[in-house]
Amino acid sequence: MSWEPKIVGFLCNWCSYRGADLAGTARMKCSPNVRTIRVMCSGRVEPTFILKAFQLGADGVLVLGCHPGDCHYTEGNYKTLRRMSLLKKMLAQLGVEEERVRLDWVSASEGDHFVSIVNDMTEKVRALGPFRQNSEEEKHG
Amino acid sequence: MEPKIGVYVCHCGSNIAGTVDVEQVAEYARSLPAVEIARDYKFMCSDPGQDLIKNDIREFGINRVVVASCSPQMHEPTFRHVLQESGLNPYFFEMANIREHCSWVTEDREKATEKAKALVSAAVRRVYYHQALEANEVPINPNTLIVGGGIAGIQAALEIADSEHKVYLVERDPSIGGHMIQLDKTFPTLDCSACILTPKMSLVGAHPYIELMTYSEVEEVSGFIGNFKVKIRKKARYVDEDKCNGCGVCQEKCPWTADSEFDVGLAKRKAIYTPFAQAVPNIPVIDKEHCAYFLKGKCRACEKFCERDAINFEQVDQFVEIEVGNIILTTGYKLFDPTPLTQYGYGRLDNVLTSLEFERLVNAVGPTNGKISLKDGTEPKSVAIIHCVGSRDANYHEYCSRVCCMYSMKFAHLVSEHIPEATVYEFYIDIRSAGKGFEEFYNRVLKEGTTFFRGRPGEVTNVAETPEEKGKLVVQFEDTLVGRQRRIPVDMVILSCGLEPQQDAEEVARLFSVSRSADGFFLEKHPKLDPVATMTDGVFVAGCCQSPKDIPDTVAQASAAAARVLALISKGKVEIEAATAVIDEEKCSGCRICNLLCPYSAISFVEDKKVSRVNEALCKGCGTCVAACPSSAITQKHFTAEQIMAELEGILV
Ligand SMILES: Cc1cc2nc3c(=O)[nH]c(=O)nc-3n(C[C@H](O)[C@H](O)[C@H](O)COP(=O)(O)OP(=O)(O)OC[C@H]3O[C@@H](n4cnc5c(N)ncnc54)[C@H](O)[C@@H]3O)c2cc1C
Ligand code: FES
Repeated sequence: MSWEPKIVGFLCNWCSYRGADLAGTARMKCSPNVRTIRVMCSGRVEPTFILKAFQLGADGVLVLGCHPGDCHYTEGNYKTLRRMSLLKKMLAQLGVEEERVRLDWVSASEGDHFVSIVNDMTEKVRALGPFRQNSEEEKHG
Repeated sequence: MEPKIGVYVCHCGSNIAGTVDVEQVAEYARSLPAVEIARDYKFMCSDPGQDLIKNDIREFGINRVVVASCSPQMHEPTFRHVLQESGLNPYFFEMANIREHCSWVTEDREKATEKAKALVSAAVRRVYYHQALEANEVPINPNTLIVGGGIAGIQAALEIADSEHKVYLVERDPSIGGHMIQLDKTFPTLDCSACILTPKMSLVGAHPYIELMTYSEVEEVSGFIGNFKVKIRKKARYVDEDKCNGCGVCQEKCPWTADSEFDVGLAKRKAIYTPFAQAVPNIPVIDKEHCAYFLKGKCRACEKFCERDAINFEQVDQFVEIEVGNIILTTGYKLFDPTPLTQYGYGRLDNVLTSLEFERLVNAVGPTNGKISLKDGTEPKSVAIIHCVGSRDANYHEYCSRVCCMYSMKFAHLVSEHIPEATVYEFYIDIRSAGKGFEEFYNRVLKEGTTFFRGRPGEVTNVAETPEEKGKLVVQFEDTLVGRQRRIPVDMVILSCGLEPQQDAEEVARLFSVSRSADGFFLEKHPKLDPVATMTDGVFVAGCCQSPKDIPDTVAQASAAAARVLALISKGKVEIEAATAVIDEEKCSGCRICNLLCPYSAISFVEDKKVSRVNEALCKGCGTCVAACPSSAITQKHFTAEQIMAELEGILV
């Protein structure tokens, strides 16, 4: 099989995971490259999870939460937003392309929105190619 | 105890096995660390499927279970129960969602199988680190919120309140009643709609267990099943509800008018108004947009004539906060607006009406006192009723609105009853009369002499081609039973418009964390087996907000939702996730970052020990503090860093 981007998706239980479920229930077709990990709230996503994901061979990381104002726990997603912008700066300094990490919002009723985010991200990461560090590791060894 | 993992890959008939090579996934699972047994089976959720797990626990000492099947939202409780029944802690379970997130979103067998393997490997590695937990129980607040005061909301409110549990019924219009109060007769029995509804409305208004809030809307919702906090905006009526006795003098004296919403624009109402005579509550509101005082700064006629000093131009919107254990959404539907179907001339041609307009026209207390009349005041001698306007139409709504065939035939009957010499034509695609007494009603209307033409009209025009067509509306259509184009001249055309989601259904869905189906209506938890619950525990749906339906079905669903709520109230408690946060006091540096972060103020600082501590009763388990702790002193049960890292490792194999 030719190279396929591997993207880890951290999805909050209440909105985005259900949005992803809805995409399935409604049999919307979407690229199978995003592999989901369920957390109760996007606020649970630690920056180390994302770093670890890249270390373990991910080509991209997608974090999805409820729309601002809709977090099941009121404001977890605002915390995520702040944390992610810091992390993105740090990743940029490390030379990780911006498109490899994405934070977005999907409600439980937005199966179609989920699909478009997943497809869009998959294509962008595909265009970037395998994550550099990974391919180097492969080369070395 | 050393983990011994059992992995069960579900075929879900062909739902999964049609796309994922389930045998290969099971084979792969066998190669994963600590996996003792891996099987694939047709339906894991079935009794034999569950027995497989139970047997393996008994015979092979399996002590951790992974089921790869549907979304955990569907069957996590089922399988946790299986573990419990076998004497294992239910948290030694993990589900891999290889259906909604895998087999249903792709047709590529190879990629789907790869993804399923990754998800299984993640679940296996995660479950390895699971710990035994005890579920928390929370009490159910016995008060219920019902949003929308149509027949669905009224029915549900009465069912619950009659059992002496408090209901808050929130309706955004000045009165309850919904669409049903606008209808004339109801198919198939032809009872007068108001006659059967107003007694229920009065009961609601007077019920000691119902707090009715009309002209009100829900602004904010927080919390969970058992304990929701809801903020409601009571819009300013500019009439003091405690003082007003509903005498109606203000409405008589008000010199300003606007189109009546209740009469769908066919009549006027005053700027201070109750929408209709039997309004509940019988307290008017001032419509700021049309009140001379608000527009021009003078008038105040209503104030002058009100003997009880009930008019208060200074009133402002009020906010009320309530606490409830459960919520039922009964926000109903909106009638499809036929204006975009320009070929039917609605809004352009006189005497082309929507179905709701016709309901008002034929109503004895409507704008014409029940006289079916044309714009010029005369009676129509011929009426065309066009079915499926906006429904079963790829350009608008693909779905069938379910009530239009029946109400169209009701109209045919009403026209014949009011104007015996009139000819009525029904233009239909298919007649859908499935329901108790419905087919019989169809036969009755046929016998009464209504003509049925099979074919969706292409046009309604006032351009005459023959002398008979002069001054008439001409319905042009292909008669699909004879296979030719025909033109039928008539005096009146009624468009049987479909039912669509409320304009603000999207915002309301978001507010209450419910999903919507592709057609825009609220999504029930399960299309067959759980048609009144939603994905959010403690939030139920009933009536046309869930899908178009007639009154009997609406009432049945509303009663069902009420029964579900009553069951929860009577149990008095519900189990919720045990995924709370705990702080390791050894590691805590006492920085207090988490104290401020917690949206529930569940973390406090223990002064003498200089550490933070989580109050588990208040913690809702979001995990935000865990991710923020600089000393990694906080763990979230069931979502520990160790577990998530293991999952990551597995998902990226
Ligand atoms: C022309 C026509 C004729 C019909 N004839 C018949 C018939 O003869 N027999 C029959 O069985 N059925 C008939 N029906 C169907 C019938 O109207 C519905 O089955 C019924 O009205 C559904 O009731 P409901 O309570 O679900 O919704 P609705 O009647 O729409 O009530 C919803 C209520 O919720 C309120 N609301 C909406 N959003 C909010 C919000 N965000 N906050 C607060 N309140 C809100 C609305 O103001 C409204 O009062 C007919 C329908 C039409 C269009
Ligand atoms: S629960 Fe979805 S972001 Fe917080």
